[in-house]
Amino acid sequence: MTAPLHDTVPAETADADVAARVAKDAVEGRSLGRIAWTRLKRDKLAVAGGVVVLSLILVAIFAPLITSLVGQEPNEYHQDLIDPLFGTPTGSLGGISSDHLLGVEPVNGRDVFARIVYGARISLLVGFLSAMVAVVLGTVLGILAGYFGGWLDALISRTMDMLLAFPQLLFIISLIAVMPNKLLGLEGTGVRLLVMILVIGFFGWPYIGRIVRGQTLSLREREYVEAARSLGAGRRYILFKELLPNLIAPITVYTTLMIPTNILTEAALSFLGAGVKPPTASWGQMLNTAVRYYQEDPMYMVVPGVAIFITVLAFNLFGDGVRDALDPKGTR
Amino acid sequence: MTNPEGAGKAASDTAASDKTASGKTAQDKTAQDKTALDKAVPLDKAALVEEDREQAEVLLRVSGLTKHFPITKGVLKRQVGAVKAVDGIDFEVRSGETLGVVGESGCGKSTMGRLVTRLLEPSAGQIDFEGRDITHLGTAAMRPLRRDIQMIFQDPYSSLNPRHPVGAIVSAPFKLQGVQPEGGVKKEVQRLLEVVGLNPEHYNRYPHEFSGGQRQRIGIARALALRPKLVVADEPVSALDVSIQAQVVNLLDDLQQEMGLTYVIIAHDLSVIRHVSDRIAVMYLGKVVELTDRQSLYTSSMHPYSRALLSAVPVPDPRGKAARGSERILLEGDVPSPVKPPSGCRFHTRCWKATRVCKTLEPPMLELRTGHQVACHHPEDHEDLHPEDTELLTAAEKSAEHLQVKETELERPGQEAVAKS
Ligand SMILES: Nc1ncnc2c1ncn2[C@@H]1O[C@H](COP(=O)(O)OP(=O)(O)OP(=O)(O)O)[C@@H](O)[C@H]1O
Ligand code: SF4
Ligand SMILES: [Mg+2]
Repeated sequence: MTAPLHDTVPAETADADVAARVAKDAVEGRSLGRIAWTRLKRDKLAVAGGVVVLSLILVAIFAPLITSLVGQEPNEYHQDLIDPLFGTPTGSLGGISSDHLLGVEPVNGRDVFARIVYGARISLLVGFLSAMVAVVLGTVLGILAGYFGGWLDALISRTMDMLLAFPQLLFIISLIAVMPNKLLGLEGTGVRLLVMILVIGFFGWPYIGRIVRGQTLSLREREYVEAARSLGAGRRYILFKELLPNLIAPITVYTTLMIPTNILTEAALSFLGAGVKPPTASWGQMLNTAVRYYQEDPMYMVVPGVAIFITVLAFNLFGDGVRDALDPKGTR
Repeated sequence: MTNPEGAGKAASDTAASDKTASGKTAQDKTAQDKTALDKAVPLDKAALVEEDREQAEVLLRVSGLTKHFPITKGVLKRQVGAVKAVDGIDFEVRSGETLGVVGESGCGKSTMGRLVTRLLEPSAGQIDFEGRDITHLGTAAMRPLRRDIQMIFQDPYSSLNPRHPVGAIVSAPFKLQGVQPEGGVKKEVQRLLEVVGLNPEHYNRYPHEFSGGQRQRIGIARALALRPKLVVADEPVSALDVSIQAQVVNLLDDLQQEMGLTYVIIAHDLSVIRHVSDRIAVMYLGKVVELTDRQSLYTSSMHPYSRALLSAVPVPDPRGKAARGSERILLEGDVPSPVKPPSGCRFHTRCWKATRVCKTLEPPMLELRTGHQVACHHPEDHEDLHPEDTELLTAAEKSAEHLQVKETELERPGQEAVAKS
């Protein structure tokens, strides 16, 4: 006889009932995002990285408050602390004192702590915003290439190959050299920042684009996409409701890993003199000056170097943690 | 509810089948014991179907249906060939019946299913649904029809979006079709979950929190949400543990009775669909080679390929066994490439009865008995259609890689179905 429905069903639901009793809150359903969050919280290195990243963001936002708390200004000269003969700070270790926590600059004696704090603004601003540019371009173009394929895919893929082979640092330097001082109502440092953000972002999107394209290629073959089509779903629904939620994870991972790369690029550009204009403080620029005094005042080179190092390391630790947490093959 | 706490999925699934067995009467239990999938069909069902046949209206008619996937080369996408996945098939599905479609992997069953549900654009041929030509309807024109034609997918892990909770998955049909069910979407979704045997409280759970069998039930709930007329199920249980396959097949069967559904169920072997199909189409390399009602296929199949598929199924019914002979035919080699299918009869490279005519002349699909169509020059249990052509093809003529038929057991000497080479 036909096995009646109610005869076979209870056992399977029973097993679900057991699960429900074991974890009562699980009736709510644990989304993959929440599982990843739980996993991330258990990863000590990632948490440490995340805490540092968060502190850096706070430091950047509240830079004026922090510097005024220690009673310093990033652009205030303290020539009295400079040896007039060598141009280096008179105090030991680059002039470290209770007033100047990280010492003072050679030549004009500006407070290093205040400049580091303000430099964080430039680093994070360029790092984040250029990553956003890359994410938006990379996601849109990657999805288009992966979902529609054909000549559009060929065009986008070849463009990505070309951009990845492009000597971007040289390009940005020459571009900045020919940029006018005023642009779109911005001036000086503003123009430099805009150009850096757009150009770093523009050269960064192929990294995201390739990942998104590959993921889309594999996701569009999933049966749930066919299921949506068999229910009459249009392209928009499939792209935004079915595919995009599954792309958030890889996009997040590559964004967190792209930010530190962009911070390094900004530092390199500033070091080479193609970054923000003085007197705006940036870490790369400080390193540039420090090179000239590294024998007399090594401390001035160590401080911005360590700042860059810690920032990049923290972002990478956090990014790796996010990647592991979102890895579907990882253990819960 | 004797499920031990902490028992794994497999354990609880086994518990499920144990329970099914123990809860039955002695008579039913013996039936259960014969095979995990055995589900005795009321004897009169076959007769009933036979009677209804004439009256029941044709819901789906497929004629000359063809799908060739182009193979392109180079930047200019020059077409250099085609995968002839489905190459001219004809069949009808009548309202309320179940058509089983079987064939080995790669013979075009899924492609056929996706053509019928219009997830793919046919290269040629015609599909009529309720007398209406739907062969080349566009996305928009097809949309309202999607309520009536639904699909159940093979892979319960890939057919549910991992980022959507179950409630969203099962309510998608209502959203996409703009249907407002009585009592609200949420209530209807919970009712559907209950109908397919899931806990309606698990509305907010995500697919990864369910077992394979439970996921397939979610897929079934989604497919049936809009009360479709035709459901194409592409290997609905082949990804599931054997112990829960029967439960899901039974669920499909029960729902068919309750909702008056018409099914096209695809499977790669006969064991899964043997009890639910009214008629069975056997596919080989893009063609239907035999099409008949279930009874005739099991007792008197005429195509050698059907015989081979049948011999792979354990037979609980001694009458069927006697009628079919007890030899086990092992087909060797894989299905040849659908890019360059063999000439004449596509099965000739693996057929033990193949003669010269098989290699040169494609056998037409003929109704050799009432309601029993076969495409073979030398059908089994039937007068030979080419008696003059008796010389079997040699192994070399069949080409080297597609070798032969093996016999593992020969109880009746002289069994002509088996030849050695
Ligand atoms: N989109 C496609 N493009 C090109 N070839 C395809 C496509 N889809 C299927 N094919 C080919 O068509 C043939 C039939 O495939 P199909 O999936 O229909 O077989 P099947 O009978 O469902 O097999 P299985 O039992 O493995 O699911 C195969 O050779 C396959 O490679
Ligand atoms: S036509 Fe010939 S090769 Fe084809 S199945 Fe029949 S006997 Fe075998
Ligand atoms: Mg298939």
